Amino acid sequence: MSAPHRPVGDRFRRYRSGRGGGEQLTVPPAEFTSYYGRPILKPPVWKWDIAAYLFTGGLAAGSSLLAAGGQLTGRPALRRAGRVTSLAAVTASAYFLVNDLGRPARFHHMLRVAKPTSPMSVGTWILTVFGPAAGVAAVAEAAPWLPERGVLGVGRRLLPAAGRAAGLVAAATAPALATYTGVLLAGTAVPSWHEAYPELPTIFAGSALASGAGVGLLAAPCAQAGPARRMAVAGAALELWGAHRVETRLGLLSEPYRTGVPGRLLRAGRTLTAAGVLGALVGRRSRLLSGLSGAALLAASVATRFGIFHGGVASARDPKYTVVPQRARVDRRAAGS
Amino acid sequence: MPDANSLYGPLDPAPDAGWTDAQPRMGFFTDTSVCIGCKACEVACKEWNDVPGSGLDLLGMSYDNTGALTANSWRHVAFVEQPRPAAPAADAPGSSVAGPQFLGMPGARPPGRGTGAETRSDFRWLMMSDVCKHCTHAACLDVCPTGSLFRTEFGTVVVQEDICNGCGYCIPACPYGVIDQRKGDGRAWKCTLCYDRLGAGGTPACAQACPTESIQYGPLDELRERAAHRVATLHERGVPQARLYGHDPTDGVGGDGAFFLLLDDPEVYGLPPDPVVTTRDLPRMWKRAGLAALAMAAAAVAAFVGGSS
Repeated sequence: MSAPHRPVGDRFRRYRSGRGGGEQLTVPPAEFTSYYGRPILKPPVWKWDIAAYLFTGGLAAGSSLLAAGGQLTGRPALRRAGRVTSLAAVTASAYFLVNDLGRPARFHHMLRVAKPTSPMSVGTWILTVFGPAAGVAAVAEAAPWLPERGVLGVGRRLLPAAGRAAGLVAAATAPALATYTGVLLAGTAVPSWHEAYPELPTIFAGSALASGAGVGLLAAPCAQAGPARRMAVAGAALELWGAHRVETRLGLLSEPYRTGVPGRLLRAGRTLTAAGVLGALVGRRSRLLSGLSGAALLAASVATRFGIFHGGVASARDPKYTVVPQRARVDRRAAGS
Repeated sequence: MPDANSLYGPLDPAPDAGWTDAQPRMGFFTDTSVCIGCKACEVACKEWNDVPGSGLDLLGMSYDNTGALTANSWRHVAFVEQPRPAAPAADAPGSSVAGPQFLGMPGARPPGRGTGAETRSDFRWLMMSDVCKHCTHAACLDVCPTGSLFRTEFGTVVVQEDICNGCGYCIPACPYGVIDQRKGDGRAWKCTLCYDRLGAGGTPACAQACPTESIQYGPLDELRERAAHRVATLHERGVPQARLYGHDPTDGVGGDGAFFLLLDDPEVYGLPPDPVVTTRDLPRMWKRAGLAALAMAAAAVAAFVGGSS
């Protein structure tokens, strides 16, 4: 069986690469066999909605933490911006998630069961707690606009307390909301997602913190933005560390994160994160510079999420990433026994 | 109390799923050494299960124009064309001549049968009817957030089309790339191992239609025994490449309910060489997420209590 032969699908593969994909391989092409170069796995059928949700879900989580911090330490600008952003982001998340379903009208079937083996089921229940809490907290910001008398007057008096409680519930759920998405992606057979399971939650936690901090830098006056700057530094550190790990630690499976569109997105994310943090620290007294830094951090979070998403999709499309690591595992076992 | 092996390791899946009156686990043994590539299984499956056609799609690579298991193809016959010695080559590697070869006039007996393995040409066809593996640890079933996918009393895995909302999570979760979303419908579809026929004591349509008994249906224990005999027989008859795939309850998915006898490495047929159910690592994944969540909460607290501004 060891007789050398042209790999099955070799012709097909060369035909494909002959069309000029423009991909630069950073490691020598791996020797492997496949069925006419066709993928073994089915790549995710998720559209860009899910990559967008990774960002909006993280943004909702990060900004609700910012809001709770503002609420507890008397920084009304951070509280207001955080709560409003959080509701907007979680609403967008719900839209993206339902829109991506093959049968959107059946979205409520997600609520039939609670399954700890399904990260998506766990996420559904996290969102079910987080969403209404973020909603009440944001609506409470409208209390001063209500009339002082009548039924609405009662609302004006009760809403701030309800908002405070709801804001804390949302903030308590936020870290789960920001990190479960790492398990959501890793809980698949997609090689570059699954093997990155130790880092994905960290990257997403960092990205969520940085995007929440970005909202604070955009919305709050310099006097109140101190915590947002520190959140930006912490978030960027987690995000950059995690992204660096998945781009270098996984051997062949790091390749999809370094090449092609995902590679460009992750590099853009890194540059924007660095620029955002630098601007946030240098522009401490400049509202303009702080705002620009906030925008850079938000853009960085978008780029990182799309980069991780598309990196995984690329690893599922090419049978190389499925066969080579598994074949190596089989050969190691055979050599060991 | 779930079994300690609920996520990974040898397990009888139907009782683990809560069936108190579980039937013997049923499955397929697909012996590719006798597959003639007639595709009767593909047709019978489509007919019985009312699977829509996928149109005329000539792939231009072999006699396989189905391409892969999809939402609209629950059996897929792979055709592998190999310019390589059919028998373990006595001649030196690399001496085989590439290019077209005269295979001899068609006769009543398979080429090489009468004259011995050494006279066979350097070209061979492998054919294999692929199907859902009905894994002991089925990732599609584990990650399904609606409960649409379920474990039957026969130990098989079936999608309930009236529950599925097309979230698509099962699709990248399958380590074999079997389950798929049907375009224009939105839901996930795959082989049911003819759950309706099984319930009535019948044989799945593909196995019933197979003219060479390449697809064998029965209780899994019996099939595993039969498969071991078949491999031994083939080894005796000078086919040392014959090996089983998916039969081992200690493999990465706890063994397949539908397993195969192959004549080459699994990846040659488009099968993963060493699939592992993604949920094996689930406890570790949740632990990592928990640590990241704690780090995130701590960072937020530190951002507000530390510093002067």
